[in-house]
Amino acid sequence: MNADRPLVEVDALRVLARDDSGQERRIVDDVSFSIGAGEVVALIGESGSGKTTIALSLLGYARAGCRIAGGGIRVGATDVRALSAAGLTGLRGRQVSYIAQSAAAAFNPSQRIMPQVIESAMIHRLMPRRAAEAKARGLFRALALPNPDRIGARFPHQVSGGQLQRLLAAMALITDPELVIMDEPTTALDVTTQIEVLRAFKAVAREKGTTTLYVSHDLAVVAQIADRIVVLRDGAVQEIGHTGPLLAAPRHAYTQELLAAAAPAVRMAPPVARTGERPPLLRVAGLTAGYGGANAAGMPVLPVLRDIDFVIQPGSVLGVVGESGCGKSTLARVIAGLLPAARGSVSLDGEALPAKLQDRSREQLRRVQIVFQMADTALNPAHEVDRILARPLVFYHGLRGGALRRRIAALLEMVQLPARLGRHKPGELSGGQKQRVNLARALAAEPSLILCDEVTSALDTVVGAAILDLLAGLRRELDLSFMFISHDLSTVRAFCDEVMILYAGQRVEFGQRRALLDRPMHPYSDLLVSSIPELRTGWLDGISAAHLAEASGGIAAHAIELPCAFYNRCAVRVEGVCNLQKPPLRPLAKGAEILCHRTEQELLAAQSPQPAAVLVH
Amino acid sequence: MSVPLRATLPPRRFRISVTGAIGLALVVFWLAVTAVGPMLAPYPPGRIVGTDVLGPMTHAFPLGTDYLGRDMLSRILVGGRYTISIAFVATFLACFSACTLALAAAVKGGWVDAVLSRLLDALISIPSLLFGLVVVAALGSSIPILVLTAAVIYMPGAYRTARALAVNVNAMDFVRVAQARGEGAWYVMRAEIMPNMVLPVLTDFGLRFVFVVLLLSGLSFLGLGVQPPDADLGSLVRENLQGLVFGAPAVIMPAAAIASITIGVNLLIDNLPTRRVSRER
Amino acid sequence: MNSLVLRLIATRVAVSLLTLLIVSAIVFGATELLPGDVAQAVLGQGATPDAVTALRQAMHLDQPAWLRYVSWLHGLLTGNPGLSLVNHLPVAGLIGGRLPNSLVLAAITTAFSVPLALAIGITTAVWRGSLYDRIASTLTVSAVSVPEFLVATLAVLIFAVNLHWLPALSSRSGVHGLFGLVRVYAMPVVTLSFVVIAQMARMTRAALVNTLGSSYVEMALLKGARPWRIVLRHALPNALGPIVNAVALSLSFLLGGVIIVETIFNYPGLAKLMVDAVATRDMPLVQSCAMLFCLAYLLLVMLADLAAILSNPRLRYR
Repeated sequence: MNADRPLVEVDALRVLARDDSGQERRIVDDVSFSIGAGEVVALIGESGSGKTTIALSLLGYARAGCRIAGGGIRVGATDVRALSAAGLTGLRGRQVSYIAQSAAAAFNPSQRIMPQVIESAMIHRLMPRRAAEAKARGLFRALALPNPDRIGARFPHQVSGGQLQRLLAAMALITDPELVIMDEPTTALDVTTQIEVLRAFKAVAREKGTTTLYVSHDLAVVAQIADRIVVLRDGAVQEIGHTGPLLAAPRHAYTQELLAAAAPAVRMAPPVARTGERPPLLRVAGLTAGYGGANAAGMPVLPVLRDIDFVIQPGSVLGVVGESGCGKSTLARVIAGLLPAARGSVSLDGEALPAKLQDRSREQLRRVQIVFQMADTALNPAHEVDRILARPLVFYHGLRGGALRRRIAALLEMVQLPARLGRHKPGELSGGQKQRVNLARALAAEPSLILCDEVTSALDTVVGAAILDLLAGLRRELDLSFMFISHDLSTVRAFCDEVMILYAGQRVEFGQRRALLDRPMHPYSDLLVSSIPELRTGWLDGISAAHLAEASGGIAAHAIELPCAFYNRCAVRVEGVCNLQKPPLRPLAKGAEILCHRTEQELLAAQSPQPAAVLVH
Repeated sequence: MSVPLRATLPPRRFRISVTGAIGLALVVFWLAVTAVGPMLAPYPPGRIVGTDVLGPMTHAFPLGTDYLGRDMLSRILVGGRYTISIAFVATFLACFSACTLALAAAVKGGWVDAVLSRLLDALISIPSLLFGLVVVAALGSSIPILVLTAAVIYMPGAYRTARALAVNVNAMDFVRVAQARGEGAWYVMRAEIMPNMVLPVLTDFGLRFVFVVLLLSGLSFLGLGVQPPDADLGSLVRENLQGLVFGAPAVIMPAAAIASITIGVNLLIDNLPTRRVSRER
Repeated sequence: MNSLVLRLIATRVAVSLLTLLIVSAIVFGATELLPGDVAQAVLGQGATPDAVTALRQAMHLDQPAWLRYVSWLHGLLTGNPGLSLVNHLPVAGLIGGRLPNSLVLAAITTAFSVPLALAIGITTAVWRGSLYDRIASTLTVSAVSVPEFLVATLAVLIFAVNLHWLPALSSRSGVHGLFGLVRVYAMPVVTLSFVVIAQMARMTRAALVNTLGSSYVEMALLKGARPWRIVLRHALPNALGPIVNAVALSLSFLLGGVIIVETIFNYPGLAKLMVDAVATRDMPLVQSCAMLFCLAYLLLVMLADLAAILSNPRLRYR
């Protein structure tokens, strides 16, 4: 093979999809790029950009309803489009292998892991079973999987998500393919899990010199791994460039937009005046909640939150941050009254809110509104937008006739939607529009406090950024308070005054946004903040060994019931103290408080040289 | 791209297929028969008009004559109306009560759900025809008894379907929003959950209707259903069974009529364009 | 097997027993609704009041209903469910004479229909969307919609009346040799299987199609696995629970079909016994037959659920 020739060439690729009415539509249009041997190229774009479709076409595969209609695809010496069905099975898994986004779904639940990992080696008769198993164990080791000799004997549901994703990588690498396609391999993972997986992928790819096509929507992740980036939008290439220059000086307007949305600007309201006469709007004290009834001690069988305290000042925004399963959504449900707390109190303007929904007055209910993450399931698909907005107006304010219609129009205008959308059902709206309706319904109650549960997480970056702008504007105009739940620190950084970090149902740190996110002090906060990929090359390689060890620790079983839930992962834990005694509440000089046995000085000293990184604001 | 993989499923088609169209035509035809059929009957269904018993198809008697020499076409037009209207009323009763109970079970949960589900699960485990036999043995086979029996028999199945649907809808966030707003159980059931169940419940109605038709015909065929002088399609098969030996249309035609009703409904349901669930996020 | 699986199985069995108890109450209650006096009905209009009173006492009809329910239940459990009202023979004996016949019919039907149905279900799922699939789907929909007596009458018409291949009536007496056996059972079995096969094939197809749409099947395809390997190694093992479930539920359709089929073919089975008992209002016999049918149904449904529990690796290996 000619050494100058790139390993993979895609030339003027065109893919068509048939829609419901039977019309064919171009979803990939005239896409050309190449990948040199040993190179890592990233396809980046938002949902609907055609990035997965392009990646799959390199395997000669198009999902149901789609077909590859034109263009050339060459991998090594193989013309993929000219292959017969038998030729394709020879290509797939042998020459080109695929790592899917959700490892949990990509593993066959009824088979042990090892036979699945070596299946492609068996199908293509590359080596005897024993040799394949030995090779797989070597890959498990290289991918830093725990128990590499025994993990293959387990079933997929018996290992964690981060481990499954690495096992999927082993499955892809077992045949030493010419090209590996990674399709959003870390998107379904929590940030602290993401770094260990990314590190493992990168190390193996570097060692083996694997040619890789990396598909992602996340520029910061791609910055760590790719040599070159292909920016896609609506099935067409916008820009191709080497990673460093492309991030530093994007030429195409869309790339600039993506970069801007990836590091949202701070949308701060003027700091809230802390005058003594205004009591906190919401005070939560000693809150414990969970599911599955109460045991003898009055504790829930499955506790989710333990001893949570915090306040929200009138007109301010509290960010609640934590990884999946930390109890942040449960917190919103408890405050809204959907889940009665087992212990502790919630009070609004100094007046205690009854734990149960039925015991709250209509006025109390009106003042606290909840906005759910998925506008798809939060809006009744059978109702028109007008009806969705009308119900709280009728229910709380008794509006009717012209006044009702005017108020609905005003609400739609407030969330920047055209009035004609009122006659549509949610299914006919875009994701961003639905989320605006979702917000408008909460606003209709004229609440004092809005509980936002991951309201931008399901949206594309650019659309989510617009929703954040809207929230910031509403907050200024209406003197609203928010509890803003998110797993995404950059949105919290952009919108919140104060931040609370939860780990396994315990509040580990609480304080001013700047104090907390720019200078996290609790070991977990520190890990969390430093796990967010930064939009610069080399960030991944610069992560400290202590953080890596913590990241790969994984959450302990029944962590919420431990004195300190983070004990098993913590790099600065004190044996005999942290695992036996409840950590004290420690106020910090920077204006925050943490739950930790370590003093501020000890923690500062332990934090390895402050990351030289300039956080992109 | 977080769209769930539906890779290997054939693409959805929204045009109704040929078999679906056949089903629709059969359903429309039988609805018309139920509405105006008896008016079109060439002879009074109870009158002996032919000289020939179990006679063949002729100009005068397009579907032959029965074991007494009555016109089969007229008897099928009237019998079809019997079968369809009894089955319709029974199915309606079954589905309506099932939906109401299912909504209550889904929204109230707890012991309401547990008691209802356990009781109705017991009811469902009595084979339908057998249940019918026991009740008919005890109470005889007047039409109200038949209707109620069929309704009771198929209510648990309809309840199971409706409860599964209601529990699914009840798990949606918009129901949480309504509850957090302070809405009562009745509003949640009626305005939030019910509108999202209508289509699948209607499909289920069609399925149950087929079952009820088969059950009632079966009972009548055993001589335990609609009693003479009235006759539904099942009784028509039974009373002319002696004609089977020489293949008289008086046996074949009413049986074929039942089959065309049930096949029609099932073909229609099977080919309904399933409403597309919004999968975009 | 681990404690969780054992606990789930125990729970499921307990639920079945509870259901059976509720069913027995329903069956007993339904027959309690019988208007008029049973003793009067047994003895006829001409009986003297003394004779009626004596019979009432003999039948314990003067006791409260719950007491009679308990003693009836006790009788069922000890294999002594009382005497027939019509011929005054023990119900147990009457049933004992008929039950084997019905079991043989059910067994032959099962052996005939399950392999055929699975073959249809699996092939239609693998070649879904093909002409074969569409034709098979239409045929199976039609088959589940057709009343058993139509299939039976058509079978009689074609095979017995027109072709004279088979006798119109079944009877096990005087059957000699395999050929004789086929002649006797062919029509009842074919009639019963018709609906059962269609039902089972449809449910099997649905279960398998569901699995074939999953991500791990796509993954196997992208590993270079050939279609049959995908079906046999990845789809079928995961669809096994739903398929066994489908088989068990479809077999429960037998219980309804057998009533019609035994009547039409005059087959001396349990269902025929019950239909005759209904016609003569022989309540003790009806009750006992009904309980046997419900027991069979509950066993099948329980089997289906146990298959689902046991085939789930998440439950088996924790």
